[in-house]
Amino acid sequence: MSKYNTHVLICGGTGCKSSNSGQIYENFKTILGEHNLTDEVQVIKTGCFGFCEKGPIVKIMPDNTFYTNVTPEDVRNIVEEHIVKGRKVSSLLYVNPENNEHVSDSRHMEFYKKQVRIALRNCGFVDPENIEESIARGGYEALGKCLTEMTPEQVIAEIKASGLRGRGGAGFPTGLKWELCAKNKADQKYVICNADEGDPGAFMDRSILEGDPNSIVEAMAICGYAIGATKGLVYIRAEYPLAIDRLKIAIEQAREYGLLGENIMGSGFDFDIELRYGAGAFVCGEETALIHSMEGQRGEPTLKPPFPAVSGYLGKPSNVNNVETFANVPVIIIKGAEWFSSIGTEKSKGTKVFALAGQINNVGLIEVPMGITLREIIYEIGGGIKGGREFKAVQTGGPSGGCLTKKHLDTPIDYDSLVAAGSMMGSGGMVVMDETSCMPAIAKFYLEFTCEESCGKCTPCRVGNKRMLEILDKITRGESTMDDLQALRNLAGVIKDSALCGLGQTSPNPILSTMDNFWDEYVEHVVDKKCRAGVCKKLMSYVIDREKCIGCGKCAKGCPAEAIAKTDYTAPGHKLPSMEIHGETCIKCGACINNCKFGAISVQ
Amino acid sequence: MIKLSIDNKPVEVAEGTTILKAARQAGINIPTLCYFELDGMNFENKPGGCRVCVVEVKGRRNLAPACATECMEGMEVFTSSPRAINARKTVVELILSDHPNDCLRCEKSGDCELQALAARLGIRELPFKGEQTTFKKDSTLSVYRDMDKCVYCRRCETMCSKFQTAGALSGVNRGFPSVVAPAFDQPLGESSCINCGQCVQVCPVGALTLVDNINDVMKAIADPTKTVIVNTAPAVRVALGEEFGQEPGSIVTGQMAAALRRLGFDYVFDTDWSADLTIMEEGTELLQRVGKVLKGEEAKLPMFTSCCPAWVAFYEKNFPDLLEYPSTAKSPMAMFGATAKNYFAQKIGVNRKDLVVVSIMPCLAKKSECAREEFGKDGNPDIDYVLSTRELAHMIKQCNLDLNQLPEEDFDSPLGQSTGAGVIFGATGGVMEAALRTAYELHTKKSLPKIDFEEVRGLNGVKEATVDFDGLPVKVAVCYGLGNARKIMEEVRAGNPNGYNFVEVMACPGGCIGGAGQPYHHGNSDIIRKRMEATYREDAGKPIRKSHENPDIIAIYKEFYGEPCGHLSHELLHTHYFDKSDKIEATLQ
Repeated sequence: MSKYNTHVLICGGTGCKSSNSGQIYENFKTILGEHNLTDEVQVIKTGCFGFCEKGPIVKIMPDNTFYTNVTPEDVRNIVEEHIVKGRKVSSLLYVNPENNEHVSDSRHMEFYKKQVRIALRNCGFVDPENIEESIARGGYEALGKCLTEMTPEQVIAEIKASGLRGRGGAGFPTGLKWELCAKNKADQKYVICNADEGDPGAFMDRSILEGDPNSIVEAMAICGYAIGATKGLVYIRAEYPLAIDRLKIAIEQAREYGLLGENIMGSGFDFDIELRYGAGAFVCGEETALIHSMEGQRGEPTLKPPFPAVSGYLGKPSNVNNVETFANVPVIIIKGAEWFSSIGTEKSKGTKVFALAGQINNVGLIEVPMGITLREIIYEIGGGIKGGREFKAVQTGGPSGGCLTKKHLDTPIDYDSLVAAGSMMGSGGMVVMDETSCMPAIAKFYLEFTCEESCGKCTPCRVGNKRMLEILDKITRGESTMDDLQALRNLAGVIKDSALCGLGQTSPNPILSTMDNFWDEYVEHVVDKKCRAGVCKKLMSYVIDREKCIGCGKCAKGCPAEAIAKTDYTAPGHKLPSMEIHGETCIKCGACINNCKFGAISVQ
Repeated sequence: MIKLSIDNKPVEVAEGTTILKAARQAGINIPTLCYFELDGMNFENKPGGCRVCVVEVKGRRNLAPACATECMEGMEVFTSSPRAINARKTVVELILSDHPNDCLRCEKSGDCELQALAARLGIRELPFKGEQTTFKKDSTLSVYRDMDKCVYCRRCETMCSKFQTAGALSGVNRGFPSVVAPAFDQPLGESSCINCGQCVQVCPVGALTLVDNINDVMKAIADPTKTVIVNTAPAVRVALGEEFGQEPGSIVTGQMAAALRRLGFDYVFDTDWSADLTIMEEGTELLQRVGKVLKGEEAKLPMFTSCCPAWVAFYEKNFPDLLEYPSTAKSPMAMFGATAKNYFAQKIGVNRKDLVVVSIMPCLAKKSECAREEFGKDGNPDIDYVLSTRELAHMIKQCNLDLNQLPEEDFDSPLGQSTGAGVIFGATGGVMEAALRTAYELHTKKSLPKIDFEEVRGLNGVKEATVDFDGLPVKVAVCYGLGNARKIMEEVRAGNPNGYNFVEVMACPGGCIGGAGQPYHHGNSDIIRKRMEATYREDAGKPIRKSHENPDIIAIYKEFYGEPCGHLSHELLHTHYFDKSDKIEATLQ
C-alpha cells in the first residue's frame, strides 16, 4: 500500500499539455522510479492552474511550491533537489516583477492573491480522471444532500436565493430558469449543459471540464432532480477532445459509483448524461440554436417564446445552463445561498472566471469576486501592461462586448455595470490593449469573427454585418468619408435594434463602444488618413529623413519590394546622395527601419 | 381576449394572435417579406428572418418582428414610428445591397414582392454598396434557379421540406453567403426534387422561376410544316383571367379558346376531355382491383391516383417498394398526347413528327412529365411542349390580344368536348369525385341518387369518406401536399390500418388550382378558394357531368380504343413506374 507524503501536481490542461507537460509527467514517473520513490510520491495530472503565462506549471504539495515554465529536462533537478534533498529549485520559481524576489508559494503570488476560486475550486488540485479525488474534496456531497435532505423546490429556492446568474453571457437568473422549467409538466425533460464555448480567447469552460468534470456531472444531476428531468445532455464542441475524454471518464466513473444511472444513492431518482458534439459554430452557443443543432437541424436560432423551458430539445421542456454556471451549483448547495450571496455586488453574486489575454504580463485564467475593479485585475492580478506601456482599453465580452477605457478602470465589474459601460460580461474574455492597438482595427477584427459566425438567418446580421465590415475596411484603408461614419453608426443602431438573436443584437457593440470611447481615432483614420497605433498599413508611410541619411544604401539592398532608390540630393556633411522610398511600391514591411543604423527612417 | 393598442388604436384579439394579424384586423397593413401563410392549408413560413415587419413595442428593448410576436395584454405597439420605419427601410436597403436589381429583365418584374416593397417604402437610393453573393445558375426541366436573387426568406425551404417533405432545398452556408440550395452543391435535377415547382410559386423574388417555353411554341406555330394543336388543363380556365385584371374565380374558358385560336394554334382541344378518358381507365382499374380482392385474388389496394406528376416523381423516389399501388393510368395530359399522336394525327393525315402538341397547364411538373421517355415513340414525345398558365398569359399579351375583349368560343372536335367530371380535376378531391360518379354507376349499373360528393370537396389537407356502392362500402381518402401523402404511404406500408380502397393525391395546395404554373397568389388563400368555387360552378353548369356519358369518349372507345383497360388502352393510356430512390440515397450519402 502506498503512503504518499508528497504530491506532484502537473498541469494537464490543453495549454500546458501542448507545451509538453505530458513528457514532464512521464519523466517524473521514470526519475521517481529510479529513486524508488513511487510509493511515497504521487504524480498527478491535474486540470489548469490558470497561470498559463508561466506554463507548464508543476506544483509540489504539501509545501505548495509553484514551479513555472518547467521543461521535461527540469524534472531530474526537481526530483533530486526538491523531493530528495528538500531544496527548492529557485530557478524555476516565480519571480515577482516588482522586487525581483522569488515566490515559492502560489498563495503569495499577486496573480492568486485576489482570486476567489469557486467554479475553479478543484482545477489544479485533483486528478480529473479519478472520481475518488473529487469525492475526497467534497464532490457529490451536494447531490447527496439534495437527494436525501431537500425537496426539488428547496433546491430551486436555494439556487434562487443565492442570486446565481448565467455565466454564459446574458446573466439570466439561474434559479428562475430552473423554476420555469420545473413548472412545466412533461413525460420527459432535459438538462442541457452548454459547453459550446466559442468566444475568441475564452477557455474557462474547457478548463473546468478538463480540470473538474465531476462538478459538472454532479451539478447536472442536481438540476435534473430540481426540475424533474432524468436525462442530461452535454453539448460540447468537438474541438475539445481532452475535455470530452475527461467528461466521458467522469460520467463512466459516476455510473460505476452509483452517482449516475437508476436509483441514485437509493433515493429513487434516476439520471444519466449523454454527450452531443458541436461542430464549432459560435451561434450554437445561443440556446435555441444549440437545441436545433442537437436535434440534427441546422444550427440557427428561432424566436423566443417559446423558451426552451416550455419547448426545448425534441419539443420537451429543457433547461440549458453553461458549464461555469453549473460549476457553482454544488458549492451553493453545500455552503448555502447566504454564503454565496455574500460575495459580489448587489445584483451580481459570486465570482466570475475571466480569460485574461492581450498586452498584459500575467496571461491566464482567473476567478474573481464580482465587483472587483478593472484596475485590480489589470495591475494586481494581471501584473500590469507588457513592457511598461500605457493601458489603452480592455475588451470584454468577446465579439458581443465592447471596449472599456481608462475611465472605467475603477468601475466595479458586474453584469449590469458592464452593460452600462457599453460592453457586457459575455463568457468572460478579457483582452487588454495598450497604445499599439488600433481601435477601428479591433472593431474590425471582432466584426470579421461575427460575420464568419453569423448563421445568416436574419437580414441585419447576414447582410448588415457584412456591410459594416466593408465600411470598417474602408476606414482602416483610409478610403472613407465622414458620411461613412454616420452610415456606420446608423447601421450599427439598426442591427442592434432589429437582429433576431443575441449574436446579431450584440454584434455592433465592438463598433459602438469604440466609436463612443475613441471617436478621435476614427476621425483621424477618416480625415487625416492616420493610424496612431501604426496598425493600419494602408495609412502608414515610411519616410527617409534626407538630412540624416548618409546614403549607404543598406535600406535599398534589404528592401524586398525594391521600393528604395537614390535621390540627387546630398545632405550637407554627407558624401553620398540620400535615399528615398517610393510609397506606391512600398509594402510597409519595416525591413528598412531595421536595416538603417542612423535612425533616418521613420513611419508617419 | 387580449386588449392592446396599435398605433394608438385600441384592438381586441384572441390569445395567441400575432401583432401582424392584430394590426391587419385594425386596418393597419404592416409590410412583410419572409412571412408567408396559406390560411387553412397548413402552410406557414414564419422564420422571423427578414425583419421587414419590425415594430416598436413600448417598454421593449429592441424592435419586435410583428409576424412572430404574440400580442400581450396592455401592449402598446407602434408600427410606423421613426425608429420602426428607419429600421424597416434600412433592412430593405440591406437586402437590395445584395440583390442584382435587374428588375427590367427579371421574370418576376411586376410580380416581385421585393420590388413592391421597395416601391412602397419609397426607396430611391441604394446607400450600401459592397460585395454581392453569386451562385451557379441551375435548372431542371421545370424550375430555374438564380440564387443571386435569393433573399433567404426560406419560403421555398419550408415548402419543399415541410409541406412536400421532398427535402431537396434547405439552408446552406452561413453568414453572408447563406442561401437555400440542394445539399452538397448538387444540381437540383439530381437531388430529391420532384419538380412540383411550389418553390417557384412561393418565391417572393426572381430567384426561383419557371423554365420558359414560349419561344419554342411560337417557333412551332410559325413553322408552316407543322400542325400545332393545344390542350388546356381544367385549372387554367379559372385562373387565367387574373392575369388580365379579372377577379379571382372568373371563368374564362370561352375567351381562352378564342385567344388560343388567334395565337395560331391549328386545333384547340381540351384536357378536360382526356380527364374524362382518365376516369374511364382509372375507374375501371379501381373496379377491377376491388373485384379481385373481393374474389380473394391478389390486387393492391388502396389504389392511388396518378395524374399528378410531382406525386409520381415523389413515390418513385421515396416509396419504390409501393410502386404497384398507384393506378397505372397515365395523366389526362399524357392520355391526350397519346391519343393526339396515335389517333388524331392519323385521322387528319399528319405524320406524328409534324404534329406538335402543346399543353397549357397550371403546373410546372408537367414540363418534366412530358419529357419522360416512355411518354413518346421513337424519340418523338406525345406532348412536345408544356406552357404554364402564366406563360400563356404572357404569350397572349405579347401577341397584342386582350383576353377580356375576346368573344367566347368553343373547343374543337373531337378532343374538345368534356363533362363536369373532367372540369373538377382541377381541385383537390375532384378526381376522386369524378371517379366515384363513374365507378358507382359502372359497378351498380344504377344512376347515382346524388351526383355531388360534398365530403371530398374543400380545402382540408386530408379528407376521408366511405361511399356505399350499393352495399359495397368503398373507403376513400383525398389529400394534397406530399407531406400528407407521405403519411398515408407510410400507413400503407404499415398495412393500411384505415382500410382505404382509393386515395387521391395532389401535390399542390388545393390541387391543380394552386399549381406552381398558376398566376402568383402571394399567399392569399382566398384566391385559391375562389378558383375552387369557380371549378364547381363550371361543373354545375355543364349539361353532362359524368365522364362515361361524354359522347366523344363513348365515340373514341367505339372508334379506336375498344374498351377501358382493353388491349390498346393498356398500350397507349397506361404506364409503369420506376424505382428512382437512388436519387434520394445519393442525397443522403
